[in-house]
Parts: sequence; C-alpha cells; structure tokens
Amino acid sequence: MARVVVLGAGVSGHTAAAFLRKWLGWEHEVTVVSPQPDYNWIPSNIWVGVGLLRKEKVVFPLEPVYRKNEIDFKQARATALYPDGIDGSPQPMVEIEWTADGRAGVRERLPYDYLINATGPKLNFQATKGLGPGGNSLSVCTADHAEETARVFLELVARMKRGERKRFLIGTGHGSCTCEGAAFEYVVNLEFELRSHGVRDKADITFITNEYELGDLGIDGVHIRRGGYVTPSKIFTESLFAERGIESLTRAHVRAVEPGVAHYETLDGLRGEAPFDMAMLLPPFSGVGLKAYAADGKDITDAVFAPNGFMKVDADYRKKPYEDWKASDWPRFYQSPLYRNLFAVGIAFAPPHPISPVRTTADGVVISPAPPRTGMPSAMIGKAVAHSIVNMIKGGDRPSHSASLAEMGAACVASAGANPFTGTAASITVFPIVPDYERYPEYGRDVDRTFGEIGLAGHWIKILLHHMFLYKAHLWPGWSLIPE
Amino acid sequence: MNTNTTSKTAVEQAHNSWFYATKPTGATLFLRTFLPWQLWRFIAINLKMVGMIRMSHRSQRR
Ligand SMILES: Cc1cc2nc3c(=O)[nH]c(=O)nc-3n(C[C@H](O)[C@H](O)[C@H](O)COP(=O)(O)OP(=O)(O)OC[C@H]3O[C@@H](n4cnc5c(N)ncnc54)[C@H](O)[C@@H]3O)c2cc1C
Repeated sequence: MARVVVLGAGVSGHTAAAFLRKWLGWEHEVTVVSPQPDYNWIPSNIWVGVGLLRKEKVVFPLEPVYRKNEIDFKQARATALYPDGIDGSPQPMVEIEWTADGRAGVRERLPYDYLINATGPKLNFQATKGLGPGGNSLSVCTADHAEETARVFLELVARMKRGERKRFLIGTGHGSCTCEGAAFEYVVNLEFELRSHGVRDKADITFITNEYELGDLGIDGVHIRRGGYVTPSKIFTESLFAERGIESLTRAHVRAVEPGVAHYETLDGLRGEAPFDMAMLLPPFSGVGLKAYAADGKDITDAVFAPNGFMKVDADYRKKPYEDWKASDWPRFYQSPLYRNLFAVGIAFAPPHPISPVRTTADGVVISPAPPRTGMPSAMIGKAVAHSIVNMIKGGDRPSHSASLAEMGAACVASAGANPFTGTAASITVFPIVPDYERYPEYGRDVDRTFGEIGLAGHWIKILLHHMFLYKAHLWPGWSLIPE
Repeated sequence: MNTNTTSKTAVEQAHNSWFYATKPTGATLFLRTFLPWQLWRFIAINLKMVGMIRMSHRSQRR
C-alpha cells in the first residue's frame, strides 16, 4: 500500500488528488491537507468582486466531495516536511496543524510515501505598507476578499447615483507582482459595471501596473497575427483602455497605501501619488512558508525551497542574464532534485526565473512581473505529476509524464464585461507559454498557434468554463472527460 | 469618455490620454456583439482552444 499526501486543494492539488484516486487501486491511500474547508473557483472571483455573483456561486465544501470519492481530507495547514523521517524512523513525514473547528491548533505528523506540494501562493500583502484588506486597499484573490470588494464598490455606485464623483485605482500593489491578467480583468469588468449602473460619467479609473508595457501579463506579452500585421498585445490592451477611457500608469511599484492615496515610484525613479476612493490592488506572491528538516533535526529549508518560499524542482536555477534564459531552464517533472518522492505543482514550484525581463530602478527596486502560473497549466501539471506518481508506485523508477511550460500552450479567456448580449471577453491562446527563441527565433512563440480575439463569443466561453470547471471540481459523473 | 470637457478647447479635447492609441472602428465594435457573427466565432474559438489543449496534452509523455 502507498500513501500519497497532497498539500493544497486549489486547481493543481485538487486535480492531482482526483486523478490519483481515479488511477490508483483502493489499497492505496490519497490524503488532501488544506486549511480552508471550501474549494474556490478563483477566476470567477472577478465577478464576485463587482457584485455580479454571490460568493456561494464560486465556492463549495470539499469534505463531502472527498468523502464520496474516498479521498481522506484533513482541514489543516502543512507546516514542515521531514523527508528523511524523524525520531529514528526513516518514514517521511509532514507536520500539519488543524484549522477545523474543534481541532484548531492541534498538530499531527502524517507519514507519506509520495508528497505533492500544491500549496499555491502566500498573498504577501505585507510587502507593501498599508496594502490589502485590513489595510487601505481591497483584493479579489479569495472569495471573501472579493465579497468585501463588491460591498465597497456597490456603496460607491450608490453614492455616484446621488451625483458624487469617484476615483478607482486598480492594478498591482507591488513592483514584483504577478497576476496582471486578473487585475486587467477586474478593471475592465469594473468599467463595464459602472456603465451598466449608469454612472460611468462620474468615475475616473486608473490602472496601475508593474508591467513595462500594457499587455505584458508577466509572459513578456504575446504577438498576434491580425489585420495584415503581427501585433504585440500592448497595442490591443492600450486600445481597449482607450475605448473604455481607462487611464494607465505602467512600470510602477506601489511603495505604500495610505487611506485614499497610493504612493508609487516608476522605473525611471519618479515618485508620485495616486488618489482613490476605492483601490483594488493585487499583492505579490511568495511560498506559504513550509519548513524542511533532516532526520537529525537540521533545518534544510534552504536546500528544499528557494528564497521566495517556492519549492525547488527539476529546473535550472543557476543565475543567468536575460539573454541566456532558455526554454530548457523550465522544469518538466516537478520533482525535487533531493527527494524522488517529493513534487511541487501549480504556483508552489519555484520558477527558474521570470518570463518577462527583470527591470530595476537605479536604486535596485525590481519593477517587473513575476511569472504567472494560470489555471490550465497548473491543472495540467497536477495531472502529469499524478500520472508519474501512479507509474512510480507501479514500479517505475522515475517520473513518466512531463508538463513543461516551455512545451505546452495555454488557452485563457479574460472577461471584459459580463452580460449575455452586450458582454465581451478576450479569448487568447499562447504557444508555448514560456517563449522558446531557439525554436521560434522571431517572437519566441508559434504565431500560427498564438491567437487573440475580443467579443461576445469569448464571454459565452467564459460562462461555459465557469460551469464546466465547477462541475469537474465537484467530481460529478464524467468529470475526467472535461479537459484541464 | 469620462473626463470633464467643459473648459477644454477642441484641440485639447482631441489630444486626451488615448489620442495615440489604436481604436476600434464602429464596424469592429458592432461585430463584437453581433449575434450571427459571434455564434460563428464561438464555434471557431472553441475549435482553436480544443486544438491547443489537445496539443499540450500530447506533449506530456516523457
Ligand atoms: C483574482 C484571480 C483571477 C484569476 N483568473 C484566472 C483566469 O481567468 N484563468 C486562469 O487560468 N487563471 C486565473 N487565475 C490564476 C489561478 O487562480 C491560479 O493559476 C491557480 O489558482 C493556481 O492553482 P494552485 O493550485 O497552484 O494554487 P491555489 O489555487 O491558490 O491553491 C492553493 C491551495 O493550497 C492551500 N494551502 C495554502 N497554504 C497551505 C498549507 N500550508 N498547507 C496545505 N494547504 C495550503 C490553499 O488553501 C489552497 O487550497 C486567477 C487568479 C486570481 C488571484
């Protein structure tokens, strides 16, 4: 019998656990450890954050789903790994701390034969003074954050209906943020909703971003063949903002958020202030802070994890300048180089370097996006690792399935306004996600397979994806036929 | 769209923040929500995305 423990029940961990259960015989155990009782379909938090969807439409309790599918669920947070065993036993262990009512704070050690770290990001609001809920700005990263954001937004809409003018500041709350795509989606949805409420003329909207150019999205932008030209995503994003009357501040690092004003600096060293009545600023991400210990109790966190807290896997982590970055630097199997039974998937693995060039101010402040790991690749990585572990349990000596971001494409739909007749969304396919300049010298990507278009059809697809992925996450009949 | 235009000259009004950006024509905007065209685009985009997903899945074996 093998025991597989999955830490985290987000897109990547939930996918991995579901496929492990499907492919492994009943004699094997699959356990999921996650501190939240619910699954959250995060992409739809955007619609919760503008008051279009209630929180209940994007979350559901995990326990009944796991019970029905014979996956052991522990509502707890992992705190430390003992990959060489502990107390004289070579049995690898993970330490967890329960968060469920009645057992909160209780610590326990779980033995494992294989472990998948799918703990996603720590939302690092602390990186910027005053950033985030509890501080002076809002977020849509969790369903609860999004609900609070909607409450503030709708209050402002009511005041605008009474004739007041309001300023909205939306974007990234630190120079090293990722998830620019989510910030983009939120700002265009907010603009669309202000129009729907009939108060657009009372609103000034500014998008503040750490991107060098709009449309960078942390993937160095994309080039799309359209209208007789190969055009960078910057042009399309700028065009959408022009059409919607959204001002933008690029190359910006938010230094601090005070009530009603964000202080920022730009790559060229200029400092400025952006006043607001409502600010939705996404935080930078780091690892969740797992520790690792050797059998003798020695702290080996630095060997297992990168300095940003994400877990090191089979990537090339040597420091290199942008010109020397290669597609082959990116991991294929997501296996720890130190422990063959330890994997990290989704946001939890440490990327070898960003995708967009790193840029700093003269004072050394980094103002450039960290690499995103969106839903589709996160789920595909989770599935590939589940496949590899199943084959290793059956006797394979090494992982059998790869999922390199430099070898796979991504399909993504970014909502630009939600209405079944007047809404739109940008449908985008990118191949490969990480540019490969050796294979595609001009743009790093296959321009025939990289595509983008905005329209109502995209919105219908986004609605379809919302329902399809929630269906799949419930593990209802036929779930595994729905692609990642 | 949202700026206070009362005290600005015609030249100033035209040279707003978005003067140098590419903007869609009326026809482009119309097509974005024109049902028959969008029904066709729904099929075409789905096919493109399914193709991309299939190709990415194929590259998964060692
Ligand atoms: C607002 C927003 C909108 C987005 N929109 C899109 C989109 O439209 N399309 C798209 O493809 N992607 C989108 N993304 C990105 C997408 O949400 C991520 O790619 C995806 O969630 C990553 O999956 P993950 O499993 O790595 O992490 P997560 O989904 O964050 O899951 C992490 C899991 O680990 C758990 N956890 C945390 N700490 C611990 C611990 N110590 N021990 C055990 N478990 C722990 C968490 O509770 C959670 O269950 C969006 C992201 C945001 C924030």
